[in-house]
Amino acid sequence: MKERTKIFIVIAALAALLVGTPYTGSFVILLITQALVFAILAMSLDILLGYTGLPSLGQAAYLGMGAYLTAILATEFEFGLGASFWVLIVLGMAIGALTAALFGLFAIRATGVYFLMITLALGQCVWGLAYRWNSVTGGDNGINLPGRPEFGIDLANDVTFFYVVFGFFVATLAALYLLVRSPFGRSLVGIRESELRMRILGYNTWLHKYIAFIIAGGFGGLAGVLWAFLNGLVSPEDVILTTSVDALLMVVLGGPGTLVGSAIGAGVVVFLREYLSTLVPWWQYVLGGVYVLTILYLPGGLMGIPERIRQRRALSAGAGREKVVSASQ
Amino acid sequence: MLRKCKARTTSALAGLVIALGVGTAAGPAGAAQEIRIGFVAPMTGIFAQIGKDMHNGFMMYVEEQGGNFAGAKVNVILEDGQGKPPVNVRKAEKLVRQDKVHMFIGGLLASTGYALAPVSTRLKTVYILSIPAADDLTQREAEKYPYVVRTGWTSSQPNHPFGQWACDQGYKKVVTIAADYAFGYEVVGGFQKTFEDCGGQVIQKIWPPLGTKDFGPFIPTIKDNADAIFTLMVGPMSLQFPKQLAAAGIKKPVMGGGTSYDEFVLPSMGDEAIGHVSALQYSAALDTPKNRAFVRKYREKYGKVPSYYSESNYTTAQMIHEVLKQTGGKWPGAEKFVQMMAKIQLDSVRGPVRLDEMRNPVHNIYIRKVEKKKMHGYDKEELWNTVIKTYPNVGQFWKYPKAKFLEQPVYSRTFPPCKYCE
Repeated sequence: MKERTKIFIVIAALAALLVGTPYTGSFVILLITQALVFAILAMSLDILLGYTGLPSLGQAAYLGMGAYLTAILATEFEFGLGASFWVLIVLGMAIGALTAALFGLFAIRATGVYFLMITLALGQCVWGLAYRWNSVTGGDNGINLPGRPEFGIDLANDVTFFYVVFGFFVATLAALYLLVRSPFGRSLVGIRESELRMRILGYNTWLHKYIAFIIAGGFGGLAGVLWAFLNGLVSPEDVILTTSVDALLMVVLGGPGTLVGSAIGAGVVVFLREYLSTLVPWWQYVLGGVYVLTILYLPGGLMGIPERIRQRRALSAGAGREKVVSASQ
Repeated sequence: MLRKCKARTTSALAGLVIALGVGTAAGPAGAAQEIRIGFVAPMTGIFAQIGKDMHNGFMMYVEEQGGNFAGAKVNVILEDGQGKPPVNVRKAEKLVRQDKVHMFIGGLLASTGYALAPVSTRLKTVYILSIPAADDLTQREAEKYPYVVRTGWTSSQPNHPFGQWACDQGYKKVVTIAADYAFGYEVVGGFQKTFEDCGGQVIQKIWPPLGTKDFGPFIPTIKDNADAIFTLMVGPMSLQFPKQLAAAGIKKPVMGGGTSYDEFVLPSMGDEAIGHVSALQYSAALDTPKNRAFVRKYREKYGKVPSYYSESNYTTAQMIHEVLKQTGGKWPGAEKFVQMMAKIQLDSVRGPVRLDEMRNPVHNIYIRKVEKKKMHGYDKEELWNTVIKTYPNVGQFWKYPKAKFLEQPVYSRTFPPCKYCE
């Protein structure tokens, strides 16, 4: 498929989502909004996992930093509840990026499993802070937000809030798409494929990875701000390892290195987890089954499906031709 | 892409079906046919067993009534909160938005109570706290949550009379050892407040983290000159602490917050717990005909002695029924329901219950001693929480004037301050 057709399909899907969502039930709107927030987190992780080849298990840390910053500013200083919401977005991204800049110093040295372990440990540090630093984070109880921002438009309305989150989602998708298409993004892919070769070519691969790490952290922080306002509650449970693992699985499920795939993965996971769980008690088996089947049969994730179908078709066409040939002989 | 579209259409369809369903079935909020009650409790994870006790208690009453509350058909929708505050919030949102429940009940830990109360305000739906005991929800923050009614207890409520009781026993110096989180602070705070106002002294406070499995580092630090130990344990901690205390050869009298010796853990405990005293608004060993019938029936049905988790939810269902009796099975609307609920007076399994003006129960507090004996006609010797003293009609402010009580901060790690700690 041509790049232009792909972009067209994505835009059409987004438009359908934008138009269709307000007509669904109020719970479904909430779930779609939630999926979009998680999609931002998953796409930020895709920059690391899919494009740079760094499997990070600590992405929840940046979400947590953004969310806790939002909650603390909102409750202590009533900041971010009016037009200052936009400043808060910037601050949220900044704190995510700063945290990543700090963590990156430790993590980027390592690769593969060691990178996984270090990011896991660093992510747990943030959880530890959230859980134990009672005076600031409210510990186990977490922090209840006073409400969603209001600045001309009232975000307490779920449909309005959906539009805003949708806007941030599209902006993130566009920004990250441009990023991975840029020379910088290309060199990240180069590092993923062969870091040694890139280094021999004269690239400062450490710096490239470090910057990618910071960018991913920044968008993680953005997801955190939106997450806090979506739930109205920030709790250490948001920052636990499970959130990081979920983000990783969303990327793998959708197809690493595709951006859109991460968003689809987020959608599938959120709907299975939040919607199916209200219908049947054995929803976790379904989720597990989806993961296992994807890993076994779709190493490229859900985004790999069209490619698989094409291959299968080409294969059977080829086989058919062979048959004709052998028959004619 | 294909899958996402599919998921979207199914969900859209589902939304449509639900919208139609609600449109035809419920109509205005006053229809008498059905009362939908959302029930959020942990069904998976470490608190799953407690969640089942909660749900069993509630369902036992509903089934006794044949699912019919004064003409209204009761539809209880259970959701798994997994014991995690954010999950509880999402499930409550689902119950209100999708199932259009008239009220939701449940939550377990204090943190879930704090998480769910704002949801009730935001969605203008009644939330009944049958278990979460966080003090402030019906004290300093009560105004923020006009749709919240508590049918359980505040953490400090049983421990106010308990501090008095300890003082009356002649204990002068007490060491507290309690789980390091909000519930622990509030339980210890309530005890310390009345104990010290009566002339006793808390000389040391030890805070092991929630979920501690080895008390080895904490037990040796307990001061020798203490007359007694006050403890608050939760979940598996309750089992471990008395064992290790006995193994360390400490023979001081032990008092505990209600959950430390609740019937939920009691059958798994060994003889080392015998003689320990605790305070709560319920004991399965309560020797009243009502409770005896309740215990026998519950045990026959679910194979275990009811804990306070079961009783509290059973009584909650009964209170809802009482309100509906008055309305003739019609849903009176959220605000009216809260008002009517607050006026209910009931002779329940735990004893007489009514709600105070901040919508928290006023009920008997029982001082209970763990004893091994036969009870309720069962022919085996078992551990029971024998009631040794009853404080009738205890409210959340004990004997303090309400206004004065609310002036002090909520009980915390640093309040009341440990004046006599050396």
